Amino acid sequence: MLKGSLRKLLNALLLMIAVLVLNFTLIHIAPGDPVEALVGEMGGATPELIAELRSRFGLDQPLYVQLGTYLGRIAQGDFGHSLYYDQPVTALIAERIGPTILLVTTALFSAIALGTVLGVFSAQRRRSVLSHLVTVISLAGFSAPVFWVGIMLILLLSVSVPLLPISGMSSADSAASGLFYILDVLHHLVLPALTLALIYLAFYSRLSRASMLEVLGSDYIRTARAKGLPKRMVIYKHALRNAILPVVTFAGLQFGQVISGAVLVETVFAWPGLGTLAFESILRRDTPTLLGILFFSAVMVVVMNLVTDVVYRRVDPRIKAR
Amino acid sequence: MTATSTTPASAPEAVSPGRQAWRMFRQNHSALFGLAIIALIVLASVFGPYVYTVPPREMVWMPLTPPGESEYLLGTDYLGRDLLAGLINGGRVTLTVGLSAAVLTVLIGITVGALAGFFGGRVDDVLMRITEFFQVLPNLLFAMVVVMLFSPSLLNIAVAIGVVSWTSTARLTRAEFMRLREMEFVKAERSIGAGNARLIWRVILPNAAPPLIVVAALSIGTAILFEAGLSFLGLSDPNATSWGRMIGDNRPYILDSSWGVTFPGLCIFLTVLAISLVGDGLNDAFNPKLRQR
Repeated sequence: MLKGSLRKLLNALLLMIAVLVLNFTLIHIAPGDPVEALVGEMGGATPELIAELRSRFGLDQPLYVQLGTYLGRIAQGDFGHSLYYDQPVTALIAERIGPTILLVTTALFSAIALGTVLGVFSAQRRRSVLSHLVTVISLAGFSAPVFWVGIMLILLLSVSVPLLPISGMSSADSAASGLFYILDVLHHLVLPALTLALIYLAFYSRLSRASMLEVLGSDYIRTARAKGLPKRMVIYKHALRNAILPVVTFAGLQFGQVISGAVLVETVFAWPGLGTLAFESILRRDTPTLLGILFFSAVMVVVMNLVTDVVYRRVDPRIKAR
Repeated sequence: MTATSTTPASAPEAVSPGRQAWRMFRQNHSALFGLAIIALIVLASVFGPYVYTVPPREMVWMPLTPPGESEYLLGTDYLGRDLLAGLINGGRVTLTVGLSAAVLTVLIGITVGALAGFFGGRVDDVLMRITEFFQVLPNLLFAMVVVMLFSPSLLNIAVAIGVVSWTSTARLTRAEFMRLREMEFVKAERSIGAGNARLIWRVILPNAAPPLIVVAALSIGTAILFEAGLSFLGLSDPNATSWGRMIGDNRPYILDSSWGVTFPGLCIFLTVLAISLVGDGLNDAFNPKLRQR
């Protein structure tokens, strides 16, 4: 058990190093290097000066030495400086990661909870209205671009019926503190979280419905019914426990895509998280920041996978035996 | 009475699996509906620009004219460009990029999955590690980095999407190959001297085709959504109109002109919906047993 966990951690570490190596490779095979950009800004330079700049940036070193230097700097927590903000990339990310986590977890957990409920109920009555509703929701959610859904919701719930704020995480004019601040943030959270949740609701309602249908058709459920257990007990105690396994697995696996989805939703709602920062970095061609965000998102995915693994063991004791 | 059929009417006729699938597919109304929509959109994108010749990138009327208030049916955007012309021309870009990205996704996915599933052991270990790595990368962010570092040409965008999207295809292909490689007909082929290449591409792959066709169809939809997301963020060829880009461009003006965002979004939605319907139809057609779900 302990050995297994250690191997998983090691694997996670290797994955992160691989992401860094990929980052490094991308920067180096991409056209244009920092010295060229600098020389371009200076309006030209002598070959001697170019050579000197190259050696100062370490660009004259062999690639593996440069990679070593890069990894060494990362190990010390140095992700470079933003080309736009006068701040280290790590500080920028630390500032923005909270809102993203708030948005993503709210959306994901609501989608999983509601999706499971919808899936479980619709699996019991296959030809019911609810069952068709799940099909429609899942088709629509799969097909609609998440950013467009966000804009449509703004038009509906902020413009036509002015219920919710259009953008941001808090009202600029209010100097609210304490409880009022929290309520204000929650008020701003509703639309972006709803947008993101709708897309994932599509996925989880369909997944849990399919999984529930499969479990309900299995022998041990028939046995449970045959021995006269109340229906509620069969469904919630026997069936749901197994039907929820794929949901847990996918929640972990999909986390990378959830973060990607958050980039688009945050951009639409000007939610001050990593996604909006990523969007701004593209506009400003701020490569170090964008690469930093990519790395931190990958770290979040890896951590989430580890968490999923732990949860999975809790939900399904059979895994431990393996 | 000239030529009489030799088979009695009641005898079961031999039907190829492909034809059988098509029969199932034909009975699925929503799948046929999806197919019709796709045909319509493809026709409009291919021939539309010749029929409706309004230039999509030029100012033709007052900016922000609502639909139906001028000769330009769907109104104009914030630069006075005809929205309908934009949709027709943007469809070309969106569909081309989506299709090429999907082809790339499927090619990489099938190759990696086939090699891993067929050879197993070391090869499988290494390839699955690589797959795992690409699963961990947040796909949109990674594609954003790639497109930003290299120029946002349509080719680069298609490649970026393909490179980040192949993992699920690879996993599915691998599972199919692992299942099939132990089967009698594969062993029989091997025993009469078929080499690995023949076994992989000519013997196993055709038998693994049905689920892969479904995934391939759905991956076109995913790629279109992906392209739309990238161009919404401004990562698209600056000289090409695409549906996602139209949404991104018109977004700051939604309070004055909701139509500039609504119509391109509807186009994306309908296209991907149609593809999903066809994908579901294919799935049912290939797995009649799963139909009751």
